[in-house]
Amino acid sequence: MNILFYLAAGIAIITTLRMITGTNAVHSLLYLIVSLLSVSVIFFLSGAPFIAALEVIIYAGAIMVLFVFVIMMLNTGRDGVRKEHELLKASTWVGPGITSAILFGEMLYMLLTPSFHPMNRPGIPPAAVGALLFSRYILIVELAAFLLAAGIIGAYHLGRIEKRSHHRYLKKEEAAL
Amino acid sequence: MTIPMEYGLWLAAILFCIGLAGVLVRRDVIFMLMSVEVMLNAAGLAFIVGGAARGSADGQVMFIFILAMAAAEVSVGLALIIQLYQTFKTLDADSAGGLNG
Amino acid sequence: MKEFLWLIVALPFAGSLLLALAGKHLPRLASAMIGVGSVALSAILVVLVGLDFLHENPAGVPFHQTLWQWINVSGFSPGIAFQLDSVSLTFIFVITFVGALIHLYSAPFMWKEEGFARFFSCMNLFVGFMLLLVLADNFLLLYLGWEGVGLCSYLLIGFWYKDPANGHAARKAFTVTRVGDTAMVIGLFILFTNYHTLNIRDILHAAPHTWAPGSRIAITTAFLLLGGAIGKSAQVPLQTWLPDAMAAPSPVSALIHAATMVTAGVYLIARTHVLFELAPIAQNGVAVIGAITLIVAGMAAIYQHDIKKVLAYSTISQIGYMFLALGVGAWSAALFHFMIHAFFKSLLFLGAGSVIAVLHDEHNMYKMGGLWKKMPVVFWTFLVGACALSALPLITAGFYSKDEIIWQAYASEKGSITLWLTGLAGAFITALYTFRMVFLTFFGQAKAEPSYRPGLGMTLPLVVLAFLSFAGGFIQLPDNMGHVTLFSHFIEQVLPAAPTPGTATTHAAAISATTATGATATYTAASGHAAEWIAQSIAAALSIAGLVLAYRLYYNKPFPAAEPIRGPIQQFFFKGWNFDALYDKVIVQPIVFLSRIDKNDIIDQFYTSLASIAGWFNKRLASTQNGKLRWYAMALAIGTVITLTILLCT
Repeated sequence: MNILFYLAAGIAIITTLRMITGTNAVHSLLYLIVSLLSVSVIFFLSGAPFIAALEVIIYAGAIMVLFVFVIMMLNTGRDGVRKEHELLKASTWVGPGITSAILFGEMLYMLLTPSFHPMNRPGIPPAAVGALLFSRYILIVELAAFLLAAGIIGAYHLGRIEKRSHHRYLKKEEAAL
Repeated sequence: MTIPMEYGLWLAAILFCIGLAGVLVRRDVIFMLMSVEVMLNAAGLAFIVGGAARGSADGQVMFIFILAMAAAEVSVGLALIIQLYQTFKTLDADSAGGLNG
Repeated sequence: MKEFLWLIVALPFAGSLLLALAGKHLPRLASAMIGVGSVALSAILVVLVGLDFLHENPAGVPFHQTLWQWINVSGFSPGIAFQLDSVSLTFIFVITFVGALIHLYSAPFMWKEEGFARFFSCMNLFVGFMLLLVLADNFLLLYLGWEGVGLCSYLLIGFWYKDPANGHAARKAFTVTRVGDTAMVIGLFILFTNYHTLNIRDILHAAPHTWAPGSRIAITTAFLLLGGAIGKSAQVPLQTWLPDAMAAPSPVSALIHAATMVTAGVYLIARTHVLFELAPIAQNGVAVIGAITLIVAGMAAIYQHDIKKVLAYSTISQIGYMFLALGVGAWSAALFHFMIHAFFKSLLFLGAGSVIAVLHDEHNMYKMGGLWKKMPVVFWTFLVGACALSALPLITAGFYSKDEIIWQAYASEKGSITLWLTGLAGAFITALYTFRMVFLTFFGQAKAEPSYRPGLGMTLPLVVLAFLSFAGGFIQLPDNMGHVTLFSHFIEQVLPAAPTPGTATTHAAAISATTATGATATYTAASGHAAEWIAQSIAAALSIAGLVLAYRLYYNKPFPAAEPIRGPIQQFFFKGWNFDALYDKVIVQPIVFLSRIDKNDIIDQFYTSLASIAGWFNKRLASTQNGKLRWYAMALAIGTVITLTILLCT
């Protein structure tokens, strides 16, 4: 069991690193999916099988498929890869690398408290989650519903490709041209 | 033998920082969006691990909310990416610098 | 009917508002209907109200109408209130009647211009403010109208604002009149601190009892009010704006810069005649300024080549006559000349406008000529106006009005031989430049072909005004020729009769004359008819001499169409006695010089450095807003790091 955790954690870290350093968008996406799957293994190990399933179905499944669609739609291809190569220089890594490292160090420092909580206690059944969701968190569930609805409408509106006019006042002039 | 909760939190911290580095380094908006997903996922991992250690279901509830939020964010974000590409014919985030003061 | 007095003022304002708000969306015909209609309705109302006023009280008791209280601050409570008496009735009659004719003329004249509705909006606004000025029962409302007509003058001089020269002329008019207005405001302050009211009637009633004749405060106040009057009426030394104001469309020149607004100074002095009678020096100053102006402007008019500038200088000169009359106490003569002048000068301006319009905006008289056959209606009406202006004896209205002034300059108690001689010289000069203009424009060789004939809308006002310029004089005849005193009788309900030597004109008597009914003009009786006959003959002879000289010099002479070559003296008069250059040297340049020195003093530097520090910070902060998404994300991350560090360290 333990070895499974370390394995999953290692795969998650490595694949995520490959993802952010990759130049081909599709390859990076696949690495991201692997990373998500390994995280779902950790969920399973920490006694949350329902969440592990959600992670696989919604995150690695649905959301990533959206990415795939968009990448296919834009179809940047080899050009995009070449461009990414040009952009990813070693020097660009310095600032963000240092910032992230400091942040990580600080988080680690906070976690280095000498306490011990066993992680894989007997699992929490999905029924408990459901009961909590629809009792104490019912308001937030409704808000999440609003958010999703707004997301759908926003995505529909923004994603529409129409004849571009830079300004509504210029529409007439553009139509005349 | 059990794994301490801290290990899970460490993993969450590592993934979060990698995601952050990705957002800061990459100029391609698709990569930035994916890195943001990594960060969100890391935050969700911290919730699950913490909830598991306490034996409460609240962590899992929070993860579901994060999931919902991520779904909404991705859909809007991808739509914006399409618009960006339509307008500038590139995915370089720096090209959309029209808001400079 | 008198209750509708407020409507006379309200109608032009309403027309202006309507045109300003909806003018863009209205067709031209509707704009013209509103613009002309509102003033024409006002004119009709003036006739009805005036008849009612005359019918109900032959004694001429002023009629008051208070609409509402304007301000009420610790006892100072001017109202939006009107006062109708014979003086203001004369003025509103001229303003609305001549105004309506000019509006009617403007409709075809401006038809093709851009900003047609804007033109009528400003014209209506002007008429409204002018009516407010002359009907106001307190000085504050009068001042509102006073500044309002100044504003409209600015708007209309700069009507063709796309040419920067017109904008410059508009600013010049506004700035120069502002000098006089400032003096006037100080005068009003003095009146207010002394009487704690700005009600004209109250002040005029109280003044003779509180201020001794010839006292310093009375003289100061009178001179300050005179300052306002000379600014508005373009008298020396503030006359320089009026010739430049000819940048306005011709109907504007006719309405504002000849017939109505420039006579506001005459109105102000006539209205505050009690104050001027308390300050004999100031009143004498009015006469002297009038006399100087009429000569200065007349000489300048002889050397102009722009037809409108001739008329502009002649306007200044004629208002000089009115000031002369005011100065010698011939109030009714001044107002009579004001009315007649409004008729013939607007006629001349409209005629000149027609000539300019049909010759494709040609202002130079040397490039005109021979137009009398081609534009008969304009020519004959213009000729009537010119005869009235040069006061040809017996037949023209101008003769009766101007002759009375010249006679009063001699015969009045306050008159003198010098003023009389100046008036006579002015009469000669007037005839000379007027007929120079007529001969150059309408006779001689034709140098340009008229592009069209003015329509009925343009010629009808000319004909009506020509009739008035001819017939208007017969309501007031000197007493050696018929002794008709309709006008002076009417005016003397409010203003005292001209003082004559021999009659004891103390101020008490002057005041009682304002209230006494039927104070018939008795001045001539003392002087005798013989002297008046001689004086009239001299004046008549001089104006005919001016005509003859103009005929000899300018009739049918082959002048080159180009700008005439001018000697230094001619150049001096052409530039209006070089007043502009003088002011530039004496006032403008020293001020510019001083301000240039003063620009970098220590206080300025303090504030400039504050500004530059703010600018420096602005640049630094603005550079952080570079629109780069990653930059903002980086800022967020660093902010998180800093926050966490602070949390961990404490």
